[in-house]
Amino acid sequence: MKKSTTSFLLLLVLLCSTFLVSSCKDDEDEEQDSELKLDENQVNSFLSNYSNIVYASYEDSYNTAKLLDDAIKAFTQSPSQATLEAAKTAWIAAREPYGQTESYRFYGGPIDGDEGVEGFINAWPLDESYIDYVEGNATTGIINNPTDFPTIDKQTLMDANEQDGETNISTGYHAIEFLLWGQDVTLGAGGGDRAFTDYTTAENAERRKTYLLTASSLLLDHLQTVLNEWTPNTAGNYRASFENSSNPKSRLLDVLVGISSLSKGELAGERIFVALDEPDRENEHSCFSDNTDRDVVNNALAVDNVYFGRYKRTDGSTISGTSISDIFELADTEKTAALDAKMNETIVNVNAIQNPFETEMVEADGRARLQACVTSLTEQADMILELASLYGINIVLE
Amino acid sequence: MRSYLLLSLSFILLFSSCKNEETEPLFEENEIYAGGNATTFDQSQNAFGHAANKLTTEENGKFVTGNSFFKANWVAAPSSTIGLDGLGGFFSARSCSGCHAFDGRGNLPQNQGDDIVALVIKLSVRNGVTYENEPTYGGQLSSQAIFGMEAEGNISISHQTITGSFADGTSYTLEKPIYNFERMNYGNVHPNVVVSPRLAPHIAGLGLLEAVSEQTLLSFADENDANNDGISGKPNYVLEAETGQIKIGRFGLKSNQVSLREQVAGAFNGDMGITSSIHPIENCTDAQQNCKEAISGSTDEEMEISESKLAKVVLYCQTLAVPARRDADNEQVLRGKQIFSNLNCNKCHIPKMKTDFHEIQALSNQTIYPYTDLLLHDMGDELADNRPDFEANGNEWRTAPLWGLGMVQRVNPRATFMHDGRANTIEEAILWHNGEAKNSQEAYKSLSKNERTDLLAFLNSL
Repeated sequence: MKKSTTSFLLLLVLLCSTFLVSSCKDDEDEEQDSELKLDENQVNSFLSNYSNIVYASYEDSYNTAKLLDDAIKAFTQSPSQATLEAAKTAWIAAREPYGQTESYRFYGGPIDGDEGVEGFINAWPLDESYIDYVEGNATTGIINNPTDFPTIDKQTLMDANEQDGETNISTGYHAIEFLLWGQDVTLGAGGGDRAFTDYTTAENAERRKTYLLTASSLLLDHLQTVLNEWTPNTAGNYRASFENSSNPKSRLLDVLVGISSLSKGELAGERIFVALDEPDRENEHSCFSDNTDRDVVNNALAVDNVYFGRYKRTDGSTISGTSISDIFELADTEKTAALDAKMNETIVNVNAIQNPFETEMVEADGRARLQACVTSLTEQADMILELASLYGINIVLE
Repeated sequence: MRSYLLLSLSFILLFSSCKNEETEPLFEENEIYAGGNATTFDQSQNAFGHAANKLTTEENGKFVTGNSFFKANWVAAPSSTIGLDGLGGFFSARSCSGCHAFDGRGNLPQNQGDDIVALVIKLSVRNGVTYENEPTYGGQLSSQAIFGMEAEGNISISHQTITGSFADGTSYTLEKPIYNFERMNYGNVHPNVVVSPRLAPHIAGLGLLEAVSEQTLLSFADENDANNDGISGKPNYVLEAETGQIKIGRFGLKSNQVSLREQVAGAFNGDMGITSSIHPIENCTDAQQNCKEAISGSTDEEMEISESKLAKVVLYCQTLAVPARRDADNEQVLRGKQIFSNLNCNKCHIPKMKTDFHEIQALSNQTIYPYTDLLLHDMGDELADNRPDFEANGNEWRTAPLWGLGMVQRVNPRATFMHDGRANTIEEAILWHNGEAKNSQEAYKSLSKNERTDLLAFLNSL
């Protein structure tokens, strides 16, 4: 009796696992049966090319942030309209490569894993009044509070950043953006309108300088952290284990999670759809500088670069090698051609967005342009997931 | 599907040969779908974070936006991002996900001196036969405040060790939390204050619970224990803030909220200091003028959270899918399931029910496995907060839904169990059960080591 019970239960387990698989995959049974095997050499070649792209784009991010830091130093040494404008220009230039790195997120890599620094680099929305004065409150912020914050240094800002047991943003690109442009309290082109005299004659001008210089220096530190993790031929860093993984298929899955999450959940969903759905003033990431249209383009490029296995560096040179498109092509030529075309369509769509984003999200023509981006970004992510599943790589997006 | 039919046939064979009339079906064909159609098979850290299947396109869009505002940090007013300002005066966290990270359960402060964030401390004082908010600090203690204001204060937790042993001689220890006020910035707390701590639960499957009909819920009630099994089950009747009507409560640790809309608006107001049409007034007492004078994020047209956004966050909370059962057909899990019912755990943690109508079609008419009756039970003196909440007395708590239980620490490894997070493990949670659950708890202690392991395997499969 005991024996028969055991064998019955064994049968039960086998049948149920079949049932489980078939029920969660619906009608994909056939695809499951004919699951394709990845060409491991090709995947390793892709992972190596991907690592080169990641490193190059973080290096470009670091170098442009260094130019920004130089411009901020020049501005704080002799504040004027000209030096302020030069710093703003450098900030916008620095955003170009960084926006193209955001597809390396969402899989717990160096940027947003347990020790990840993403929250210090690019968090949004920013609590402006936590940093400096805002309209209607001239005395708020760390800058205007020498009593509680007698010194402003890296430690102060890092501590302030974690004050509530979660990210209370006082660092990163957007903190620097706020300190260069100031609040944008109007709808329409132009962004914020901070006077350079905030750094000369205004209350707490010296502390404001210190804050800006400190935030800029911290940004370099944090970019250096991720850059180190992707530096080639460095024992013990993330890249070493990534490239020499015993399970390249799982690394490929990470990469695909990154690009599809950015494409669908983050860019199409969080950054564009939510703005269309709740078109509040400044419901946009680079709200002080009115640079959100470029954020969208660069994020779309972040997906495109990885998918096509190429990256155009800020110096104009290009890195290229084995791409996801190459890997997918071996699985299904026709579907891959359609995905290639969809990726190209997305780039056309994002480039059609007009500045400023805050006007685009409220006016009919702009809304249609943004909606087209949502659609093609979502479609391309779904196509990526479908093609990946041919290799038995099944991804559940948030 | 052919194998599936075979499976059903196998059951018939098994049960026709089975003599024990108490035996429940070992493996029920659909029980892996804990949330019916609103079930997800993801077992990653994001297992609580998926939308129910079969939402309409419009509902999916609202889910995306609701998710965004659930995660987004609110900021102090005035800000450039006017859609997200109005945080505080006082608050516990800047975002919903600040406590419910990955839509999961919160955790206690990790180190001495850390702020309470996901642990809400309700405060009240007796006034004759009723209880009112504590006069200086209000109904809830906030450990955070906007820039330029002192927070209300904090709680530190010390422990009293309770020891016991299983029938087989194995001993165990439990840690009873003792709460101490710290750095109270607005003066003394009322000497007769009653403190009720509540740890943020995971929020998957809540819309399905909302869709359980009142008739179904009342069918579980046995307020006067007419069947003499030592277990009652009492509905809470509470005030709906929006309508001023008295209705049956089913959300909150004492079933003190009628609907998710009320629960969410209450949390925005109490936990983040965000006003809404339901709670248009900031959470400040007369003793806290600075809080009253803080710059508001609301305008003439709109409270700090607009109707539209509130509705989307509510929809988000309603439509989060429940994790599917893992290993539901495993031999050990099935033995544990049998022990669960032998111990009468299923008398309160009712495994299976049907949802009725919900305005979200995908949640309507689903067979679900929430393992709760949504009713109040006396849980004994050790767990009591001695703070009545509408019809709930100081010993009574709502039966916690057990679906997703085995995923709680996968989503948040630091999460702990029971209403205040005092149980580090599921076993400790069982051992804390008392009052109406005393017989079940004692029966658990008399199980063999193997039987206890089987029961825990079952609970972890939920």
